[in-house]
Amino acid sequence: MRQDFVLLFIIAPLFLAVGTALLGRTVKQLGFMLSCACGLILCFCSFMVFGLLQKTPAHIFIYKVGGHLPPFGIALVFDGLSSFMLILVNFISLLVALYSFRYMDRYTDKWKFYCLFMFMLAGMNGLIISGDLFTLYVFLEVASVAGYALVAFGTEAEDLEAAFKYAVMGVVASIFILLGIALLYSYTSTLNMADMAFVLATKPQGALVAFVSVLFLAGFGLKSAMVPFHAWLPDAHPSAPAPISALLSGVFIKTLGVYALARVFFNVLGVSQKALFIMMFLGTVSMVVGAVLAISQRDIKRMLAYSSISQVGYIIFALGLGTPLGILGALFHLFNHAISKTMLFLNSGAIEYSTDTRNMEKLGGLNSRLPVTGSTSFIGGLSISGVPPLGGFWSKLIIILAAVQAGHFIFALIAVLVSIVTLGYYLKFQRFVFLGKLNLGLSKIRGIPLSMTIPVVILAAISIVSVLLLMPFAGHFLDSACNALIAGNLYKDSFWSAIIW
Amino acid sequence: MVIYMLCFVLFCIGLYGVLRKRNIIKIIIGIGIMEYAVNLFLIVLGYRVRGRAPIFSSDQQVLNMVDPLPQAVVLTTIVISLATTLLLAAIAIRIYEKYKTFDITKIKRLRG
Repeated sequence: MRQDFVLLFIIAPLFLAVGTALLGRTVKQLGFMLSCACGLILCFCSFMVFGLLQKTPAHIFIYKVGGHLPPFGIALVFDGLSSFMLILVNFISLLVALYSFRYMDRYTDKWKFYCLFMFMLAGMNGLIISGDLFTLYVFLEVASVAGYALVAFGTEAEDLEAAFKYAVMGVVASIFILLGIALLYSYTSTLNMADMAFVLATKPQGALVAFVSVLFLAGFGLKSAMVPFHAWLPDAHPSAPAPISALLSGVFIKTLGVYALARVFFNVLGVSQKALFIMMFLGTVSMVVGAVLAISQRDIKRMLAYSSISQVGYIIFALGLGTPLGILGALFHLFNHAISKTMLFLNSGAIEYSTDTRNMEKLGGLNSRLPVTGSTSFIGGLSISGVPPLGGFWSKLIIILAAVQAGHFIFALIAVLVSIVTLGYYLKFQRFVFLGKLNLGLSKIRGIPLSMTIPVVILAAISIVSVLLLMPFAGHFLDSACNALIAGNLYKDSFWSAIIW
Repeated sequence: MVIYMLCFVLFCIGLYGVLRKRNIIKIIIGIGIMEYAVNLFLIVLGYRVRGRAPIFSSDQQVLNMVDPLPQAVVLTTIVISLATTLLLAAIAIRIYEKYKTFDITKIKRLRG
């Protein structure tokens, strides 16, 4: 069958991770080579999935694992949203793997890092393509456990503390999600998402569905660090090695949190006005709290972590609007934020690599020594805070227009104000780290190797040209992703018709 | 119905342990209790009174059988919870080496 290659999304990283675990200790650089190979293969595969989707009539195809028909067998579902997320995740993972080649020199036991990295990649890919809730849960746990271990990778006291905090909160979130799945199973007698949506549409929506919504909102909200549940993120993301911080902030919280939340709420449970309003409210609170807390931070990575909370707030807010324009804005902002935040975290790693500190007050005037890092950080900061013509401006513009269109003027005003605050703290970051006179306290500044600048330059180029995704000739990439969410409950119909096809 | 409520009570006991206890080992045990509660809930969901295993055979008809799916699900979640508990315990041991305490209120070098 010509679709069999899709199994590689799960198999390739798992097998290569096990291979790294077996041979990594003896063969030097094996982990790096295997993870780069894995990233390349999966990048290629995700573009092939995108191409295949363009040829199928309803922009959805189902891979039946082992040939068993859903709802009894495991189905892997590829629709516009999955292919959008697959391309984003695998592309960023490839760049991060490339970056970690020299950065990881500061750590011992590099093969363990690459092994966990590939497990995390397998978990994220599996979560994106799974078509039933329990498979989603299993891959969510695979990715999370690898994430906890990677946060603790430095094994300094602070790393362990952050990892413990993250692990406890993450495990509780996973148990909430599992309890929600168990309750839904008791109500619908099925685990397949499309089948579940079908059964839920025929039954009355009782208190049980509302309770399950609350469980899922808490569980996925914890994973995506919405504000009442955000306490772990500012500790966990700075403690991890820089490539992993980039991956965690760039794609991890979006896959495990935002993607899973959107998939479950829009396609399975069906959106209700109450759920949408709660998402909108929590999104706005995250936006404001994240931005306010980011201002006073001195640690670069901690500031970027708070900024992630704020920007994920934008995405959740735009999803909560529920209008087609809002969903387009949410997905486009997800894309732009993933690109820019990965770039900024990789740059923070480069600063730490060359000066051995992350404290903004001890830095200064780095522009003369690290021009590439300085200019790409400038682009990333401007893109996230929404300065034209960079990608972040267009996505924020769409989100604000969608809010105005839906009649939420106060929320739109808050979004604009938060955007200005964001610009403020990114300019502060630029001023303290790169501009001004070179701080004499810095004894030695190491040059940054090429393998650490190339990924950042690629990301900067993408964030400059990402507005092209809104143009008609590239429209399928975002549009088919949006349509998957806008279709909402029609997901089940397209699922069943795709099986017959 | 009572038995489902008891599962929920067990879940709440575990949640109480995670939220209120100061010793990190007790927090890990609380997480274990929550996992057991959900596993128990899943098993109870699939249970039928005097049901039997749903194995197909040509010479007899099985009328009352237990639901096998939750059992398969629980097997998987047990393995997952083993992994998470192991990781948490490993981190707890390393934390004890660094901080010389299990008290969560004394483990606070990170701030803000």
